[in-house]
Amino acid sequence: MNTWQDKAIKTILVGSASTSILIVFLIFVFLGKEAFPFIWDPGFFELWQSRWIPVSFQEEVFGLLPLISGSLLVTGLATLLMIPFGVFGAIYIAEIGSETERSFLKPFIEILAGIPSVVIGFFGLVVLSPIIKTMFGLNTGLTALTGAILLALMAVPTVITVSEDAIQSVPRAYREASLALGANRLQTIFRIIVPAALPGIIAAIMLGMGRVIGETMAVLMVTGNAARMTLNPFDSVRTMTATIAAEMGEVAFGSHHYQALFWVGIFLLLMTFGLNLIAQRVLRKYQMR
Amino acid sequence: MFRRLTTLGIAIGIAVLVLVGCNKNDSSKNSDSLKKGEPKYLTIKGSDTMVHLASAWAEAYMEAHPEADISVTGGGSGTGIAALLNGTTDICIASRSIKAKEIKLAEEKGLSPNEIVTSRDGIAVVVNSENPVQELTIEQIGKIYTGAYTNWSQLGGEDHDIVILSRESSSGTYVFFQEHVMKKKDYSPEAMLMPSTSAIIQSVSQDVWSIGYVGLGYGAQAGDEVRMLHVKNDANSPAIVPSVVTVQDGSYGIARPLHFYTNGVPSGITKEFVDFVLSDAGQEIVLESGYVPIK
Repeated sequence: MNTWQDKAIKTILVGSASTSILIVFLIFVFLGKEAFPFIWDPGFFELWQSRWIPVSFQEEVFGLLPLISGSLLVTGLATLLMIPFGVFGAIYIAEIGSETERSFLKPFIEILAGIPSVVIGFFGLVVLSPIIKTMFGLNTGLTALTGAILLALMAVPTVITVSEDAIQSVPRAYREASLALGANRLQTIFRIIVPAALPGIIAAIMLGMGRVIGETMAVLMVTGNAARMTLNPFDSVRTMTATIAAEMGEVAFGSHHYQALFWVGIFLLLMTFGLNLIAQRVLRKYQMR
Repeated sequence: MFRRLTTLGIAIGIAVLVLVGCNKNDSSKNSDSLKKGEPKYLTIKGSDTMVHLASAWAEAYMEAHPEADISVTGGGSGTGIAALLNGTTDICIASRSIKAKEIKLAEEKGLSPNEIVTSRDGIAVVVNSENPVQELTIEQIGKIYTGAYTNWSQLGGEDHDIVILSRESSSGTYVFFQEHVMKKKDYSPEAMLMPSTSAIIQSVSQDVWSIGYVGLGYGAQAGDEVRMLHVKNDANSPAIVPSVVTVQDGSYGIARPLHFYTNGVPSGITKEFVDFVLSDAGQEIVLESGYVPIK
């Protein structure tokens, strides 16, 4: 029997569940509304230039390419760094390490996940960037690589926690069957368990990449923020997030610069959106087997 | 199915109402008609260069007037002017002049920004103390930042690439430097934009071949690894050490006024505070904070 209390509770629950849909929808509407006028004046193709010069007495140029390439470079490097640490860490904790090691390692990984990104950024500025500078003989330690290392540091706990869950949830019978057939422990791990847990591990890496591409404060502090197009990890780059964070405060409301920053936001959103989509595709493909 | 859609609709409706409701909470705290003894609120917002100075003024003022409650926040000159235009601050602190565009925006909103010069600031050009270059002309500094000079050997130094450090484009100092030192040319794309003055000092102290610009107060206290360049106004004039004296007498070339902007002529506590800042006691604080008094 449907009483009014049932209905009220159901309404509340549906409401809570659909809030995030509403918010995503509103964000898209708002971003689009602020960014849209740029398409006519000065024109959509103005966004595809290789220079980003938002404040100028000569001519303002709002090319997004250096910002997009900066974000991609930092994210790519960070992903390369976080995969081995995250996945091998998870394998060790889930399969090889003893119970004592587990209870010792886990809390530390969780603490690493809890460190605010400003603190990590400060650590990068004061400790890591001089090391990078002397190690590679550079003029300055504020490079894409420095930012990528910090971001990998921040994403590794996510990757470890999620992949470890995936590895743990591989049925015990798989392990036992493999060992019973005469495979040794290493073969069991890399031929049976890791492939079985692969969808979870890929999801973990995608989650880590999501964290990396959206991270702002640490990259703002250590990548040097020079807006140039480069694929050299030892160059300074300007990421999309750092650009929004650094410039949104100053920008005159409704100006071309303001609209261009919203376009940066839209492309950032599309990139994370694409990442999620790919992650879901991969997960579904493996689950169907 | 139909019932489900209705419930969803109601839920979305509630959420929208909540969002709209949140917007209306901007109550105006600071009315001028306050009785004595009640707290008087004053908000100050803007230039990061002036935050320390404004805090020092606010502290001294609140000590003498316990009923006053002044909050000071930074964010950049542009942020402060935007806040003034949106009516969220009483006083905007700005290390650059208000732009024509911003005045127009203000007039559209029925506001009339009122400029008050409170003090002056010199911009020191800093290098690492291991760099042998001692003095440069303003033109040479400008050409480094536009990317015309890329190696210290072109300026009588050693054969190393120049690492250019600048503030972020939201900084008043960035715009001032571009206008007065770089002669309105664009920054080199190689220029690294640092989020704060302390980040510039930090980088210059670590990177031997870098060059940066900071407020005089920061430059003077930067420590042993950082040295302020002596600046020549042109090739034939003498090299001037940046200091309070040389900024005040106008001989140091890279200096600017520090402003207050209020909406209209100040009244009430805003006026009292402005009067305090311009008084001898207020100007004494300017000197203590490492800036340059107007008289």
